[in-house]
Amino acid sequence: MKFKTEIDIAINKFISKKGVLIPLLQNVQNIEGYLSKDLMSYVSEKTGIKLAHIYGVATFYTMFRLKPQGKHIIRVCKGTACHVSDANSIMNEVNNQLDLSGEEDTTKDGKFTVMQVACLGCCSLAPVIMVNDNTYGKLTPASIGKILKKYE
Amino acid sequence: MSFVIKVGLASCGLAAGAGEVYEAILKHIKENGIDAEVKKTACIGMCFVEPLVEIFSEEQKSITYGDVTPESIGNIIDAFSKGKPIEENVIISNVLEGSENKTYNKQERIVLRNCGIIDPVSINDYLENDGYKALEKAVKKMSSEDIIDEIKNSGLRGRGGAGFPTGLKWQFAFNAKSEKKYIVCNADEGDPGAFMDRSVLEGDPHSVIEGMIIGAYAIGADEGYIYCRAEYPLAIKHLNIAIEQAAEKGYLGNNIFGSDFNFELHIKEGAGAFVCGEETALMASIEGKRGMPTIRPPFPAQSGLWGKPTNINNVETFANIAWIILNGAKEYAKHGTEKSKGTKVFALAGKIKNSGLIEVPMGMPLKEVIYDVGGGMKTERPFKGVQLGGPSGGCLPAELLDTIVDYDSINKTGAIMGSGGMVVMDTSSCMVDIAKFFLNFTQNESCGKCTFCRVGTKRMLEILTRISEGKGKMEDLDTLEELSHNIIKSSLCGLGQTAPNPVLTTLKYFRDEYITHIKDKTCPAGVCTALLKYEVIEENCIGCTVCAMKCPVNCIAGERKQVHKIDQDACIKCGACYDACKFNAIKKG
Repeated sequence: MKFKTEIDIAINKFISKKGVLIPLLQNVQNIEGYLSKDLMSYVSEKTGIKLAHIYGVATFYTMFRLKPQGKHIIRVCKGTACHVSDANSIMNEVNNQLDLSGEEDTTKDGKFTVMQVACLGCCSLAPVIMVNDNTYGKLTPASIGKILKKYE
Repeated sequence: MSFVIKVGLASCGLAAGAGEVYEAILKHIKENGIDAEVKKTACIGMCFVEPLVEIFSEEQKSITYGDVTPESIGNIIDAFSKGKPIEENVIISNVLEGSENKTYNKQERIVLRNCGIIDPVSINDYLENDGYKALEKAVKKMSSEDIIDEIKNSGLRGRGGAGFPTGLKWQFAFNAKSEKKYIVCNADEGDPGAFMDRSVLEGDPHSVIEGMIIGAYAIGADEGYIYCRAEYPLAIKHLNIAIEQAAEKGYLGNNIFGSDFNFELHIKEGAGAFVCGEETALMASIEGKRGMPTIRPPFPAQSGLWGKPTNINNVETFANIAWIILNGAKEYAKHGTEKSKGTKVFALAGKIKNSGLIEVPMGMPLKEVIYDVGGGMKTERPFKGVQLGGPSGGCLPAELLDTIVDYDSINKTGAIMGSGGMVVMDTSSCMVDIAKFFLNFTQNESCGKCTFCRVGTKRMLEILTRISEGKGKMEDLDTLEELSHNIIKSSLCGLGQTAPNPVLTTLKYFRDEYITHIKDKTCPAGVCTALLKYEVIEENCIGCTVCAMKCPVNCIAGERKQVHKIDQDACIKCGACYDACKFNAIKKG
């Protein structure tokens, strides 16, 4: 764990309150970037919540990541409106540009992680991707390169 | 002349560049010393022409411009201030011909009464528009029974999808005997293709909060949660601000309006699980557990959050409450049909011209929603189907467009009203592919508790994949139907019980398309890649080599000025050649 002090602060904020495991994990994940085995053990030790329970929650929700992730997160929307507007070709182009095969989701240099998301709720701008907190809409495969360049 | 400039800064607007337009406006009026007030608002609704800017004068002249850019806004402001407003790109206006004046007037806005009009993070804006007056009336002049009766008489039904009468739900929670009760707002809008709740939360968070406080007062709850999906950061931000403001003004906290009614409200962020839209799973998630549904009974009204009586409603349901209390059940029941009262918000998306957020009275035929309010098809291709209700809903063909929008009429078709996503498709969409798309979604999102949902959807997906690859058999269609009925019968929660709907409705209304995939091994819409074939049309090919250069697997042969040829065995059917050819010399079929 790189940021032990910050993590202790985050844990102390939640300790002994009811139903806080999910926001607690979201907080510590934001600090460390992902939920490592050590981090989950540490949370368990500090809070008294069983490690099995923590692992169960971490694997249930898609927001929790058990592997390190890239500096920039690209969310490719695969919602219905995007799907009928050919989101598949957008996904392929993103993977092509970043030289990712379908199985890996993080570039070797650790710059980008690509995820599919169910719906970003910007359906009228379909197809849509989100890079970090910025949403880009009305895309074509040709527009992807220019967007990714901004983050290199 | 002094005037007000409003910019739509909801998620869609921001994605379309409204943030830059806002900055450009501030700069322009400062540099030119223009006497105008610049205000932020949220979703104005016409997402297809974002960024949107409304300008209105003291004399109530209002013009909303669409497709505004940082470059064009200067001229728009200057012309307006000179009293000679620009007449291009006018979307809605009370003084000029707006392209959407007609479609806008067909709407009836109750839930969206403030959306796109007020600044969502200003409680004063909300108060000026009758905000928290309903709460005052409820707490000072009404008993729990009065409020519950009023909601019952209004005929309001749950807007989350299933359409359970809201007043009755409140009655159950009120009847439960307990010192501690909870009220929960389900803002886990997970349906792909739906963004109604996001827009309401971003655009008018106080209306949802006021509805919740009135509900809490009616059932006797003193604590509440809004469970919002984490994918909606702006909605969460606006909710947090609104809760803080409401607490400051005394609408939340202890002794609300001098009564002995206390109420505390929290936000819980979801963590990405579609099944958490189901109420028992949602409560498990609030408690910090895996979001797995549990058997009902006991219903949440008896034993919900931490075992206490709990009432759960959807965002749009709560957004109706204050209006009903203030204007009366009778007034509300004037909108809508006999069994479905009020209005419904829809998110129009897909191949429709006016994609965006609309609110129409219940009982409007689908045809009118799509062609009159939605402006009809975006492309030259004809209408093929409309998908209602997301992964739990179904696809309806053109023959059923006379169906009216109400819970019971839509249920009869095999689709569901759902939360209000409406995705319009033209002939470039393949219905087998759409069924596969939704099955893939529910398969991924199944929590795994019930075998039929977990394994059954997987088997169905395998069959659909096979059909889309031209390897299907006619018996597969019977198997799909049989599996569907078994999954519906044997699943615990709404996810499994409705997961087969997209398959059943496409099988019912677009069966021929399945048969073409199986017997002719072709995909008429040209979507299922395994069934596609790209060929060079020899008489059109001039031998420019552009396609050969674009081909990622180098399977196009041919020298310059010679007719090219595609090696069918090596072709990966990516379509790059088809897109690259400027001479219509590649045939897709």
